[in-house]
Amino acid sequence: MSTISLVPLTPDQPLDLPSRGRVGMLSLIIGESAIFTIFVVAYVFYIGKSLYGPTPAQVLEVPIFNTVCLLSSSFFIWLAEGSIEKNRMRRFLLWWSTTICLGIVFLVGTAREWLKLIYHDGLTIRTNLFGTTFYSLVGLHATHVVVGLLMLLLVLVFTLTGHVKESHTERIQVLALYWHFVDAVWVVVFTVVYIIGR
Amino acid sequence: MADQVLTIPDSLSVSPPQIADETFLERLHGWVVTVDHKKLGILYVLYSVFFLFVAGAEALCIRIQLLRAHNHFLSAAVFNRFFTMHGTTMVFLVGMPILFGFANYLIPLMIGARDMAFPRLNAFSFWLTAFGGLLLYFSFIGGFGLYGVGSAPDVGWFAYAPLTARAFSPGHSTDYWALALIVSGFGTLGTAINIIATVLSMRCRGMTLWRMPLFAWLMFVVSGLTLITITPLTAAQIMLLIDRYLGGHFFDTQAGGSAVVWMHFFWIFGHPEVYVLVMPAFAIANEIIPVFSRKAIFGYPAMVAASAAIAFVSLGVWAHHMFTVGMTSVSNAFFTLSTMLVGVPTGIKIFNWVATMWGGRIRFATPMLFCIGFLFQFLLAGLTGIMLSVSPLDWQLHNSYFVIAHFHYVLVGAIVFNIFAAIYYWYPKATGRMLSERLGKWHFWLFLIGFHITFDTMHFLGFMGMPRSIYTFEPDRGWDRLNMIVSIGGFIQGVAVLIFAVNLVWSYYRGQPAGDDPWDAWTLEWATASPPPEYNFATEPVVRSRRPLWDLKHPEDPDWRYEQ
Ligand SMILES: [Cu+2]
Repeated sequence: MSTISLVPLTPDQPLDLPSRGRVGMLSLIIGESAIFTIFVVAYVFYIGKSLYGPTPAQVLEVPIFNTVCLLSSSFFIWLAEGSIEKNRMRRFLLWWSTTICLGIVFLVGTAREWLKLIYHDGLTIRTNLFGTTFYSLVGLHATHVVVGLLMLLLVLVFTLTGHVKESHTERIQVLALYWHFVDAVWVVVFTVVYIIGR
Repeated sequence: MADQVLTIPDSLSVSPPQIADETFLERLHGWVVTVDHKKLGILYVLYSVFFLFVAGAEALCIRIQLLRAHNHFLSAAVFNRFFTMHGTTMVFLVGMPILFGFANYLIPLMIGARDMAFPRLNAFSFWLTAFGGLLLYFSFIGGFGLYGVGSAPDVGWFAYAPLTARAFSPGHSTDYWALALIVSGFGTLGTAINIIATVLSMRCRGMTLWRMPLFAWLMFVVSGLTLITITPLTAAQIMLLIDRYLGGHFFDTQAGGSAVVWMHFFWIFGHPEVYVLVMPAFAIANEIIPVFSRKAIFGYPAMVAASAAIAFVSLGVWAHHMFTVGMTSVSNAFFTLSTMLVGVPTGIKIFNWVATMWGGRIRFATPMLFCIGFLFQFLLAGLTGIMLSVSPLDWQLHNSYFVIAHFHYVLVGAIVFNIFAAIYYWYPKATGRMLSERLGKWHFWLFLIGFHITFDTMHFLGFMGMPRSIYTFEPDRGWDRLNMIVSIGGFIQGVAVLIFAVNLVWSYYRGQPAGDDPWDAWTLEWATASPPPEYNFATEPVVRSRRPLWDLKHPEDPDWRYEQ
């Protein structure tokens, strides 16, 4: 049999198709947003419905420092994206590590907050509706931060061993997309939990 | 068969080199570690067909129990487990995997790609789904063992709170339900992401979005819908597990939680889920009806637009499952109207299919027969759906056999019919052999007759007040005879499905060789060998219209002259 294509080659240009990595990550983000939406809706619906204390106003403190850390990490990962695109690996390493540090600071802050809530205020996930919805929503977000950090660390290890090159720009950007999403979700969680809900 | 089979020039189909004989273990290993979209597609379909038999057997046990008043075939507890497992299995282990199986197998072939966008994610998703199914069925032997039919879930497929709370559902039956569906839910999410990325990023040269086969279009829409549909269920099930294991109060009314919130969350998933299941059935009809009517599909852009509209509207209708909960009249009115609105795009689709058949030279081969059955039954299902969307009527009919009849008309009358159509249509492509037309006709007619005996009758039982989910009934209700008829219809369907099973196996060994293009069809999957080689196409196809094979076969009158 012949291997020649008998379909006449047409003047059709090759299609300008979007990158599958980006499309895949955006789809994942849409799916994850739906999960967060349900948790946020549950949180908002149950505001003030707890039958007994403690209430958010009594125990919650607004984590300004934490929020600044996490949101600024989005800026640093953006710098890192720009650096790898221009093949400046030193800078990339610097900005990437900064992002990771800020993420870790955020997690430590959350841990300290929870420690205070649990041992000082006696609020656990089973105490009341507020506890249930608070730990679920903030915990779900923190889980995403942990997953994001693990992936960022993986890239860091590969960078230190010299495996990450300019040609990986797109993959780095896809991963950064996820990190931006995690940060954006925090804006929603912060607004709902610490501003509306308090 | 085709009136005149025009052979495709040795274009894109180059026979694969003969592989040296492998041992059984080597072949098994090949299937387990495969990342090939065609093998994974077949695995999905086989997995679902297996569970179709299992859930069908459960349905038949339910029907034996309801054969007459005060029957003692199943105990009340086992009956609850069986209808829960029947529903859960059919939706999550049959409906979704089989449709994703077809998508997996066909989309790369239809858009001229080598594979899906993420082959490894594809394999991962399949094995997650498979593990979810195993976990769900392990419940039968897990926990208390087979005695009392294990710990199979018994809370209904919608698992309403507070029945699922620790206090009312001790042991692990509900956990099996939640965990199995979370696991297979992630598998579904992975496949949906994969399909979206494949459709958007993997098309061959010339395959613009507006030249894509409608099958690919609809699966793309379905996958988008899946992203925001299956995830709310996952979220709600995580909440359920938090309630059950960590002492949370999401659905705990005694601590201020709300059982109605579960209903909302479940149906925010549950209603669009119906469209996740039925739109692939539309996708199948969109491929089969034109080929067997020998006409291009009528109203291609309208079909795409209607699909997108259905997906969009379906997100705002969920509470029509909750009219009896006691919502405000504004909500009742809103959800009544939004539900009726779905009838508009679906109506457009039905008109388009009929217009496609209108004036065509229709070939009544088995795939087409099933599609015609689908058209008829889907129309009726839509009409009873509009009846149920009227909230006052729903107050009367809710949770009765009328509702059961309505959604089985959709799930069996439309979806299962088209799944059968799809298997008859694409089996030759996947195996290289035709399914027996004679057995196929038997299968079709018996299934059709059995279907109507069962589900037409159920409507009347509903009007007569028989509620769903009851394990037996009093003899003085006047439901005896009709229940007997329903059960008999069920067994006729069972026989038809057995014929189908025989056909699947027999034709695999003895079926008539199919050739590359047995139906004289027009989409790219028929341009390659049957079964297709691992690389799909020897050369990258280039398309210039929606019916690339028509252009190939009719160079004097190609489609691209007219399409713009
Ligand atoms: Cu519905």
